[in-house]
Amino acid sequence: MTKPEGRHPAARPNSALPRHYRVMRRIRSFEERVGELFVRGQSAGSMLHLSIGEESAAAGVCAAMEGGDTFTTHHRGHGIFLARGADPARMMAEIGGKEAGYCHGKGGSMHIADMGLGHLGANAIVGGGIAAVVGAGLAARHFGSGRISAAFFGDGATGQGILYESMNMAALWRLPCLFVCINNQYGMGTRIDQATANPRLHERALAFGLAGETVDGLDVEAVAEAAARLVAGARRGQPAFLAVDCYRFYGHARKDKSPYRDTAEEEAGRRKDPVAHARALLLQRGLAAETDLAALDSEIDAEMDAAIDFTIAQKEPPLSSMFRDVYAPEEPEPEPVRARIDRVLARD
Amino acid sequence: MALQELTYRDALRQALINAMRENPDVVIIGEEVGRYGGAYAVTKDLIKEFGAERVIDTPISEPAIVGAAVGAAMAGLRPVAELMYVDFIGMTMDQLGNQAAKIRYMFGGQIGVPMVLRTQGGTGRSAGAQHSQSLEAYVMHTPGLRLAMPATVADAYHLLRQALTRPDPVVFIEHKALYTMKETVDLDVPPLPWGRSAVRRTGKDLVIVTYSRQLHHVMDAAGKLAAEGIEATVIDLRTLNPLDFEPIREHVERVGRAMVVSEGAMTAGVAAELSARISEECFDFLEDPVVRVAGEDIPISVSPTLEAGSVPGVRLIADTARRMVSGRVAA
Ligand SMILES: Cc1ncc(C[n+]2csc(CCOP(=O)(O)OP(=O)(O)O)c2C)c(N)n1
Ligand SMILES: [Mg+2]
Repeated sequence: MTKPEGRHPAARPNSALPRHYRVMRRIRSFEERVGELFVRGQSAGSMLHLSIGEESAAAGVCAAMEGGDTFTTHHRGHGIFLARGADPARMMAEIGGKEAGYCHGKGGSMHIADMGLGHLGANAIVGGGIAAVVGAGLAARHFGSGRISAAFFGDGATGQGILYESMNMAALWRLPCLFVCINNQYGMGTRIDQATANPRLHERALAFGLAGETVDGLDVEAVAEAAARLVAGARRGQPAFLAVDCYRFYGHARKDKSPYRDTAEEEAGRRKDPVAHARALLLQRGLAAETDLAALDSEIDAEMDAAIDFTIAQKEPPLSSMFRDVYAPEEPEPEPVRARIDRVLARD
Repeated sequence: MALQELTYRDALRQALINAMRENPDVVIIGEEVGRYGGAYAVTKDLIKEFGAERVIDTPISEPAIVGAAVGAAMAGLRPVAELMYVDFIGMTMDQLGNQAAKIRYMFGGQIGVPMVLRTQGGTGRSAGAQHSQSLEAYVMHTPGLRLAMPATVADAYHLLRQALTRPDPVVFIEHKALYTMKETVDLDVPPLPWGRSAVRRTGKDLVIVTYSRQLHHVMDAAGKLAAEGIEATVIDLRTLNPLDFEPIREHVERVGRAMVVSEGAMTAGVAAELSARISEECFDFLEDPVVRVAGEDIPISVSPTLEAGSVPGVRLIADTARRMVSGRVAA
């Protein structure tokens, strides 16, 4: 499978667009607040990767997933997690390194997760979360659960051998797995064509026997359609790869000003704005009025502002909590170095 | 040359520049080393002087970066591979541990692998569990690999220059919290030979052995202790392989007390090795057990509070030294 041809916008069911728009708008607003948290000195560190410009990948693919499906994300995964139902306040608190965050301040932006929502983990190792979906796919088949497992990763991860090992296994064993490559054109300062001689990424998946497509991330409906098709295939044991073409609007992390790309390119890239595009379509198709959208904006902005206020009001985790969760709760915690020193020096 | 003020980062960068000017076969290979100038800016603008053929940007493919450096070294180049974070070393451990480290030995001494793997580690940036580790023990536990960990600006320069003259693979681990540290240095002053530790301070009450960023915590602690009349000898290892044990022996035998300070996790870490070695070799001279002050046996958290609490700091080092010297007052 390659790019589906002859799609007619008018032929699409309109009903899903408002839902996609809402998801994308919430992601945009959340990510803007993450930037604000950093500027206000309230984030734990500066390694914060915003998914602004790639909201359609999260909204479109997650719309095709069901409760019980599992997924892993890369380091730029806030949007995906929100689209799968995360609570923005607990996410923001995690980004602030606070006790009330999803992982009690241990994980941070790059390691947010909620197993209850099927999130098997965000990862700071490029490619680090991909192979897990092979295992989750095996488990789904073992238990006959009918679930799929989706790995979300960036174009940069296509440099990692583990992606190919994983896709090969998934195809070989006909596992219910989806590999979603969010191609925002850059891995840090390296443009995709500087990282591979063949940037038609889905062709690699075809070579292993997966279904493979590339979609334009400007169009959330196209992403959702492709995802729905591929997820349905994956549930029947035909694993798939979906590349979503988009543009990373801002720097790699908060301190990167992207000096390696010129303003003309950035401006052109930022015009490929899936949120603005969907908004225009809603108006054009009469699915929403300006006033509806303005009301939605204020509702969402208020929700995300509250996430910031919540975060700032929260406590740092207590020092003693650092020994918790190295091992299972029923196991003894590691002995603190200070306690060890006390014992050694108390002996005589 | 005269005295100049340099950062740790500048010194590393200068070492690379000078080595590349002197030897056209020195090449740099790694992620973001060229156009971007290095994730921590150590290779900033090198691509302008030396070109993309010698400052080679790679895809995100750590095993192949290290493996390519191994082959390049065997084929006559002088590669400096860069691993953006030492946390990724596990991904490359086959190329490093099974290939680079063993090629000379397995093939009966026919060929060596004269490469340098530059990387950085440690805490200090709220970078979380997968970007903050101190994994030098992995390297030190692998025979065939050399290991340098500079703590000072002058050593950043000299150890990197020297690493680039060694016949065997050198893993060169910088500390992320030191890049902006400044020192006034004269790089023309001849350095200590490769493989020698430096005695940073001499005192009669205890010996503290350390390396990398913890040297600075130890020196601060030693300054505080001196004000209270406790005099520490401080030894900075500079290279962990080769390990310069003689000065440690000499000072421990003179003083009778030793502490080892390392940011790495305590169990089976560098501090454990040093402590065992001192206990074995200086047993008759020790008045006290050798004490390890090391990283907690836990992953590093993103929370700045937990992060800082996971590794030794000035306070713990000074407290421990005080208790060792003043006859073990119970906590
Ligand atoms: C194994 C590994 N190598 C390198 C890095 C450093 N790094 C973090 S993100 C990144 C770029 C990733 O690009 P991509 O996969 O396209 O994701 P994007 O940042 O564009 O979302 C790099 C090189 C890392 N975290 N892990
Ligand atoms: Mg990318």
